[in-house]
Amino acid sequence: MYDAVIIGAGVSGSAAARELSRFRGNFCVLEKEEDVCCGTSKANSAIVHAGFDAPEGSLMAELNVEGNRMMGELSEELDFPFQRIGSLVICTDESDRGKLQELLERGRANGVPDLRIVEREELRKMEPNVSDDAVAALYAPTGGIVCPFLLNIAMAENAAVNGVEFRFNTKVNGIEKTEKGFCLHTNNGDVSARTVVNAAGVYADVIHGMVSREKIHITPRKGEYYLLDKSAGKHVSHTIFSLPTKMGKGVLVTPTVHGNLLVGPTAVDIEDREGVNTTASGLAEVAAKASGSVKNVPLRSVITSFAGLRAHEDRHEFIVREAEDAPGFVDCAGIESPGLTASPAIGKRAASIIRGILHLESDPEFCGTRKGILNPSRLSKEERNELIRKHPEYGTIICRCESISEGEILDAIHRPLGAKSLDGVKRRVRAGMGRCQAGFCSPKVMEILAREVPGLRMDQVTKSGGASGLIVGTDKDRL
Amino acid sequence: MSEYKQADIVIIGGGPAGLAAAAAARDAGEDSILILERDSRLGGILNQCIHNGFGLHTFEEELTGPEYAQRFIDMVEERKTDYKLNTMVLSIGRDKVVTAMNREDGLFQVQAKAVILAMGCRERPRGALNIPGYRPAGIFTAGTAQRLVNIEGYLPGREIVILGSGDIGLIMARRMTLEGAKVKVVAELMPYSGGLKRNIVQCLNDFNIPLKLSHTVVDIRGKKRVEGVTIAQVDSHGKPIPGTEEDYTCDTLLLSCGLIPENELSAQMGVEMNPVTKGPMVNESLETNVEGVFACGNVLHVHDLVDFVSEEAENAGRNAVKYVRAMGCPEGGKKTEAVPVLATDGVRYTVPVCVRPDYMDDRLIVRFRVGNVYRDHYIAVYLNDERILHRKRQILAPGEMEQVILDREKLRNVPDLRQIRVCLEKD
Repeated sequence: MYDAVIIGAGVSGSAAARELSRFRGNFCVLEKEEDVCCGTSKANSAIVHAGFDAPEGSLMAELNVEGNRMMGELSEELDFPFQRIGSLVICTDESDRGKLQELLERGRANGVPDLRIVEREELRKMEPNVSDDAVAALYAPTGGIVCPFLLNIAMAENAAVNGVEFRFNTKVNGIEKTEKGFCLHTNNGDVSARTVVNAAGVYADVIHGMVSREKIHITPRKGEYYLLDKSAGKHVSHTIFSLPTKMGKGVLVTPTVHGNLLVGPTAVDIEDREGVNTTASGLAEVAAKASGSVKNVPLRSVITSFAGLRAHEDRHEFIVREAEDAPGFVDCAGIESPGLTASPAIGKRAASIIRGILHLESDPEFCGTRKGILNPSRLSKEERNELIRKHPEYGTIICRCESISEGEILDAIHRPLGAKSLDGVKRRVRAGMGRCQAGFCSPKVMEILAREVPGLRMDQVTKSGGASGLIVGTDKDRL
Repeated sequence: MSEYKQADIVIIGGGPAGLAAAAAARDAGEDSILILERDSRLGGILNQCIHNGFGLHTFEEELTGPEYAQRFIDMVEERKTDYKLNTMVLSIGRDKVVTAMNREDGLFQVQAKAVILAMGCRERPRGALNIPGYRPAGIFTAGTAQRLVNIEGYLPGREIVILGSGDIGLIMARRMTLEGAKVKVVAELMPYSGGLKRNIVQCLNDFNIPLKLSHTVVDIRGKKRVEGVTIAQVDSHGKPIPGTEEDYTCDTLLLSCGLIPENELSAQMGVEMNPVTKGPMVNESLETNVEGVFACGNVLHVHDLVDFVSEEAENAGRNAVKYVRAMGCPEGGKKTEAVPVLATDGVRYTVPVCVRPDYMDDRLIVRFRVGNVYRDHYIAVYLNDERILHRKRQILAPGEMEQVILDREKLRNVPDLRQIRVCLEKD
């Protein structure tokens, strides 16, 4: 019997797990995929929003601003890339100035610090590639960019190091209320828990419906993106939004923490909760809208496109609370944008609710810091040579495009909650994320995985777990 | 570790271009040469090209890729040329300090007098092609599949659709068939194939594999592993025509949609690029705008035949030696006026882009590609306004590299030579 079971190892679930690991107790995360960060958390804008979008007084606004505030310290504690580069909402029509002012006021009411309107001339100095039509912009210096994978992975790793158990490839098919709490039926047997945190992303309404009659309804809202080569990464130096529309924040153009340029997303409601395919119309829309606020976006430098699903709840509000008709069952539902930003605050809130229910005590052995995977390119020449002398695998480059050494890949595989698939390695160290998109390094990374992961043969190596095998057999095996 | 090494000529890449450049430089009397190769063996991509057809021009034999590579590896070994394997070059300075790394030496630097760029090319990935759909396992570039099959011995899939009719895609259509897989179709966006005619005959026609020109993949299905793709016909602008969609069940999509010279190191050091070839702009000596930095092979422009890579690289090797020797002479670095070589009327580019008659050999090969399929056209060369070559060709296609030869005496005899122009003419 666990004190708490968390369903979902995305950012919300992992944040809740880390926050719970501050307390004494038995905690477990159940994840249907083979790794953390496999759903909404891995495919989004990678933005740390300042917090001027959400309606004043909403939980969304509160947790956004709080999450933004927490991000800097958290990135130091957990060693993940985060840069407070600031964001600009571009107004391209004098008649829309009112909307800009509205955002400014809402942001101030939400507690966003240092917001101000910048006029044409200053804006051009800040962003030379801003659209010629731009008349003014809302500048939010607290806006930032983060590596969504490493934010998620870092929180999960830290939770694991502090004793939280993670069970992967484990899907919750049903939940029964029991005398002492809950019994969760999974494809890997039953799991009992005194309390449950529902952080199931686009499935949060399904999981919620297993125990509660309160209505939650989530619509997967698809967003498609283009990722551009690093040669385009300096096209803008802030996150550039267009003024929001009814369907969301419009298409943004932003550098990423790794120096690429990201353009997107669209916003299309779909039915399939796994429908992360890109579409011709979606990509065309991104291309068309890209030039709305930024000129000459070099779309010829696209290295990949992808789609993610936001877990849009009908009320467009975060639901982070104990279900009234299911004591001990805490939802983290409707976590759409700015969910990535808010995740540390969401986790904190969910953990504090659980703590209140179970009267948890602090764990004096909790260690809140984590060292990320060593990035040799940040070392001096002497330090790097010392490293290679001790660990020669740091001298062998596996991924040419991103200059990732074998040493980094071994670290990604062998650390807590280590990578077990090509995508797992990619999200941790970026091998395969560069301009050749794994053409050269995937056979090598497959070999390393087969060598290093216990019980994994070359023909069992997957792209992303489950049925995503990369090899179907050996040569001539059917001749 | 990390001592400052010296070498007269540092060659970046130990594939066919780097090897031929090294051997030729050694034969020209240079003995301080260092090849830096990122893979664990010399030979480059030839090591995975186990089909035959290599060396018809160079050796008048039909060799496999590894055999062809071995001839040049042997030359390099016989000439006792230094090389380092498993060594990644991280940067090249304009001062020709090459920074590289491997397990044994750690991070080290070599001061070169001349640098030969021979890094080859990479395949255009799915992302750069804008194919909508899911991103499951089972989408490979043809070269990655070739490596898995030919080097590792693994079959990446059983039911294959190939997008793009570049040479590697055609070769892999045959290869996968021979390994027991079913290749259902090869789709090509353009109205003509990007590969060599002989590969279409030997790799598709001989195995009854259909080639659909003016077709592309418009959807990829399968959440974990590819389950199928949709192919549609495209109009003259390359846009899919609604209503022409056809679904194919398959577990694998191979991509052979173009090769991109790997010029990140070159661009970083300020080498000027030709936007058409994505390779450096070079003069008759295959020297880039950065003095003493030469380029050859697929990093310069993507070739069809390795034989021409070898020939070009040998020139680069010899020219690098000439450059190193001239460095000591008072008039060594003197530059004479370069005459631009223009590509017009159907000719997409030329290599080189300019010629200094004083520096060229008696005969200079100018290589180029045409931008479309042309029937019954003439290849013409003009020196200023005077046509010096007019050669009829029944068919010219983008998939086949062409060449013309310039004669030094002819160039010298033109008073006030301002431009050389290579073009296509109808009559």
